[in-house]
Amino acid sequence: MIADFVSFYLMPGIVLGCIYALGAVGLTMLFGILRFAHFAHGDVMTVGAYVAFVGVGLGLSAYQSIPLAMLVCAVLVLAVDRAFYRPLRRASPIVLLISGFGVALMLRAAILFFFGPDGGVYEQGIRRPMVFPTEWGRFRIQERHLWIIGGAVLIALALHLFLTRTRLGKAMRAMSDNPDLARITGIPTERVIAITWAIGAATAATAGVFLAIDTQFNPLMGMNMLLPIFAAMILGGVGRPWGAVFGGVVLGIAEELVAAPIWGGEPLISPAYKVGLSFAVMVVLLIFRPTGLFKGQS
Amino acid sequence: MSVLEVTEIFGGYGGADILQGASLRVAAGQVVVIIGPNGAGKSTLMKAVFGLVRVRQGAIRLGATAITNLAPDRMAQHGLAYVPQERNVFVSLSVHENLEMGFYSRRGSPRAATERIYSLFPDLAAKRKQPAGSLSGGQRQMVAMGRALMLDPQLILLDEPTAGLSPKYMDVIFERVRAINESGTAVLMVEQNARQALKIAHHGYVLQTGRNRIDDTGANLLANPDVAQMFLGA
Amino acid sequence: MTLDSLALYLVSLATMGGIYAVLTLGLNIQWGMTGLMNAGVAGFVAIGAYTTAILTTGPSASHLGGLGWPVWAGILAAGGVSAVLALPIALVSMRLRSDYLAMATLGIAEILRLVVRNEDWMTGGPRGIAGLPKPFETLGTPVSQLAFLGLVLGMIAVLYWFAERAHRSPWGRVQRAIRENEVAAAAAGKNVEAFRLQSFVFGAFAMGLGGALLAHNIKFIGPEAVEPLIATFLVWVMLIAGGSGNNRGAILGAFAIWTLWAATEIMTAQLPPELGGRAAYVRIFLIGLALQLILLFRPQGLIGERPPKPLGQID
Repeated sequence: MIADFVSFYLMPGIVLGCIYALGAVGLTMLFGILRFAHFAHGDVMTVGAYVAFVGVGLGLSAYQSIPLAMLVCAVLVLAVDRAFYRPLRRASPIVLLISGFGVALMLRAAILFFFGPDGGVYEQGIRRPMVFPTEWGRFRIQERHLWIIGGAVLIALALHLFLTRTRLGKAMRAMSDNPDLARITGIPTERVIAITWAIGAATAATAGVFLAIDTQFNPLMGMNMLLPIFAAMILGGVGRPWGAVFGGVVLGIAEELVAAPIWGGEPLISPAYKVGLSFAVMVVLLIFRPTGLFKGQS
Repeated sequence: MSVLEVTEIFGGYGGADILQGASLRVAAGQVVVIIGPNGAGKSTLMKAVFGLVRVRQGAIRLGATAITNLAPDRMAQHGLAYVPQERNVFVSLSVHENLEMGFYSRRGSPRAATERIYSLFPDLAAKRKQPAGSLSGGQRQMVAMGRALMLDPQLILLDEPTAGLSPKYMDVIFERVRAINESGTAVLMVEQNARQALKIAHHGYVLQTGRNRIDDTGANLLANPDVAQMFLGA
Repeated sequence: MTLDSLALYLVSLATMGGIYAVLTLGLNIQWGMTGLMNAGVAGFVAIGAYTTAILTTGPSASHLGGLGWPVWAGILAAGGVSAVLALPIALVSMRLRSDYLAMATLGIAEILRLVVRNEDWMTGGPRGIAGLPKPFETLGTPVSQLAFLGLVLGMIAVLYWFAERAHRSPWGRVQRAIRENEVAAAAAGKNVEAFRLQSFVFGAFAMGLGGALLAHNIKFIGPEAVEPLIATFLVWVMLIAGGSGNNRGAILGAFAIWTLWAATEIMTAQLPPELGGRAAYVRIFLIGLALQLILLFRPQGLIGERPPKPLGQID
């Protein structure tokens, strides 16, 4: 029983949570620096997943394709910023939000045009899980799940070191804290913005590839991730990278658990609505505690 | 030789000009204080020097360089530092990180500069790992001044550094301003607390409706009956 | 294409443009006049469409309904249900900052989409509800199409009249004051939340009407009939292109962008056949690009906002 629960609900929940966390961390950093909700973030994840698909076609493994996906997404997002967002930087954040909405549809349309609506997987066939018989039962763990969790932890730690140990990382936190003072202090704000975009795009790309490794890729995957990662960002307090990681993991686990038949044999929520959980959490949080569980920017 | 020379500037926030031909001069090694009634444009003048308020007419020179309407993020490169009156620390960064940010536009290791700040403000040394947001108002002001001094500026602009502080901290801040000046940095500050500010000032300007009303040495302004009646509560 | 079929095509083009104009007017009341960022337009469209579908169709085992109401009652009820459902949404979310409001409304629209897909007993699930009555159908071609267009245009006229009247009234002045500076409006003793609430509900009413017209026009509603993001997005592009804050701009923008949208269909029909199946994606991309260009080069839209004359002077 406990083994089944861990194997079929808790582990997939943690994996989904890691993917949400990778998406949310970039979103929250961008919000911190630019004060705007990047609606195209989910579609950057989709682009990452498809770049890795191209990488697999070139003979790389999906994991080896991650750096390629990171690079392509970073370049793409910097170009989008230069062309569309930067001229609007002085406008209201809502104009930027609408522009991001447009970029999201453009990215999705481009993916649909080049790859069609069907999506797919990197690797055919079913991978058998690793089985660990113990006195509590047989634990079945998918190898890919360990890779995804390991990768997410590694990226989170690297990001933490970057933000706390490097000059540019500290400048990023400073700018998120108080953009006017950052400017007065002589921090090169445009460079900080560019690095933030690059990091946001790279983490989103990784999240997209991980999601595609875990399940499959399709043109709508990123859009479907958008609300959960927004919810994770708000849960953790906007502008707080570790808060976003926490929010992502909590939501991922919660989404799997509410669909698990552990409460008297019936799932708490019909599985069809489990993605609705994130939306519900987000809406409730926005209304009652918009600064998140830990106080973030308002 | 003058560090800062402001010549008859006009400007404001887009509507009517708040500055109506104000001028001032800070000589090397001086402390210069701007006083005046509320709404005289004291803080606006300081912001105009730092490129935060648009100057429509007139000239601002820092040493030999024209800095009129230069972007604020370029000022650090010219050795000009500014401490705003409010929101002047990065609250979520530690004291030490706040100081490091002040060093951003300089090359090399910030270690020597931070040690200098800690010796100037010994209170901060014990709190270097604490988030600046957790400090008292007076300590925050020290962090803000320390952050600006990390640049080793030719001139530091202080906008009402003692506003809202307890009398004890006020004395500490004025005393530190004098120490900063003695170490070779010119100081231009706006102060409500005119009497104490003029005591440490080499020169003072009385600003009214955006233009100079009186300018004289600090000691003469203190002795001036008009000034005393208007600003010194005597 | 014969002249007759061209004329019919133009009528159907104008009809769809007109239906979108109803939606755009609704969004203009929320965003253009009060600054409420509703990213869930499609949700209210769906509420309206399903409401009238359930009320006006005959009995069916595959979905709730069988009431057989007349079409006009279905359409009005669609607006009413949309407004009623907007009320609790507005009550809990009106205090949110506009970017958070966008996320909240998007989330609510997504939850509605899940409900539509999964509650087969009510909505017919993925199969949707077919066989909606189309008014005037007994009149035959082309009178029925023209009559339906007339209905749509009449609806626009009524909404426009209400929106303009509201816009010029003291109520409209307060709405604009709230949009420009909420704190000052509150300081002036205006109950900001109540005003925002009224705007949101009024806008949702218009969107519900538009949704109902859409469903009756194509005689069907299903989860795929209205692509939520694209419908929401098109309405936004229309409002921004036309000039948000200006009711005439909202109407003009709807017709202009719908014509452009239809023109891209003609353009993409010229694509080589192997790409023909992907034409829809090119169209979405072009509309996205159009939005970016408008934001960059003509942010005020075709007709910018003008401060309205006081009520007394126009009457």
